[in-house]
Parts: sequence; structure tokens; C-alpha cells
Amino acid sequence: MDVKMRKEKGAAVVSPVGRIDTVTAPEFERTLTGLIAEGETRLVLDLQGVDYISSAGLRCILAAAKLLKPKSGALVFAALQGPVKEVISISGFASLFKICDTPEEALRQV
Amino acid sequence: MSKSTTLRMRAGMESLHPLMEAVLNCARRQNFAPGRLGELELVLEEVLVNIIRYAYPAADGEIEIACELVGEEDLRISVMDTGVPFNPLEKSDPDLEASIEDRPIGGLGIYLVRQLANEVRYRREGEKNVLTLAMHRDPPAAREQNN
Repeated sequence: MDVKMRKEKGAAVVSPVGRIDTVTAPEFERTLTGLIAEGETRLVLDLQGVDYISSAGLRCILAAAKLLKPKSGALVFAALQGPVKEVISISGFASLFKICDTPEEALRQV
Repeated sequence: MSKSTTLRMRAGMESLHPLMEAVLNCARRQNFAPGRLGELELVLEEVLVNIIRYAYPAADGEIEIACELVGEEDLRISVMDTGVPFNPLEKSDPDLEASIEDRPIGGLGIYLVRQLANEVRYRREGEKNVLTLAMHRDPPAAREQNN
């Protein structure tokens, strides 16, 4: 997994590419917690390039959201692909997070 | 061509992908569609990682995985370890309505397994934990509308 990152309109857009599984989740989590430690409070998770996510990945996202909550921050999903969309929906994450079709729309919503 | 495959490996992270791949190959022989293969992959990761992390706290141990083709469209998978007795099905489902603050960090893995497999059973057989999973080519009925 590669993680690309850019800052735009006061938010950080995080774009992992590949699989977010037990093996790659620790690196993904370090990216998210690193950004929050640097003071980022508005995160867009652009999952266009992710075709697989397991509970290890969901755990990182939830942990990041818990860190953002007391800072009045937000995390918004963008561009979920079929299998990832299914896992996010089964896990009930759709009721915890905003889900947008594109990163551009997510930047407006976050 | 044999209708069943068995693989036994050390319960370590290095065994995760070989064990998953052995079962995925069985599923490919049953002509599982790519989407269903992805779901099977997820089920296997969740089950195997649980064993790798928690079954053998004190020493090394092994995982045995067996996969049998049943009929034209089913797979029956057994996952065995001789670690501490652990029935993953005793865990209650996570509260999917809870807020971000109240949602516990863990517990989603086995929930995903129960949602995506057609059947999951656990038994303690002597010194063994035996988890059996039935995976059909089609997902469980409750999930079909989302596929």
C-alpha cells in the first residue's frame, strides 16, 4: 500500500492505494495519527484506489475519528469502491461518517 | 483432482497469505465471482489473524486449514488450532448505532465474518478449536440486495 497525501482548502486529503489489511494497517494508522498530531482536524479519506479493507483498516479509521472528536474535527469518506463500500456499510460506518462520491465534494462537506 | 485441500502452518503472520491463498484457489475452482472471492478473502483474514494473535500467547503453535468443495457451488472450510479455548461466536455483535465516542475499537472482524459467510460454527474438540465456515458462491440472502 502507498499513501498519497495533499493539503487543500484547509483539509488533508489522504489517498491510500492498494489494500488496507492487517499487514498494511499500521502504516495507514501512522499516517492518520501523524496528521492529527500535526494539527490537521479535517481529513478526507479518498479511497478511490483501495479495493480491499478489513477490520484492521476500519479500526484505524475509527481510532482517528476518536482523536478528532474532542478537537471538533471531522473525517469524510470519498470515492468508495464496490467491496469497500460493502464493508463500510455492513460495519455501520455509513451512519458515523459522511460519504461522498468524489474528493472534491468531500472537501466541501468536511 | 482432489476435492479437498489441507494446509498446516506455523501460527505466524508469515503464514497468513499462504493459508488464505490455498482456500482462495479452492474457491476459484468453484468459479466464485471476483466480488465473492474478495468477501472470502476478508472472512479468512479475520479468522486467521484472530488465531495468529491470540491462540498461542505462550509458545509457538500451528494452524490447520482444510477446504472441501461441496456440490457445484459451495465450499466448506475448517480452521483448527490447539491454542487456548476460544469461541469467537460468543462475542455479542457490535452496537452499529453507537456514536464515534461510544463505538469500541474492536469486535468488527468477527461480525464481518458472520455477515459474509453463509454459516459459521465453532466447536471445541479435545484440545482443538474448530471453526467451520460454509461459503456459497452467492452471499447470504440478507446481504443480496447490497450486491
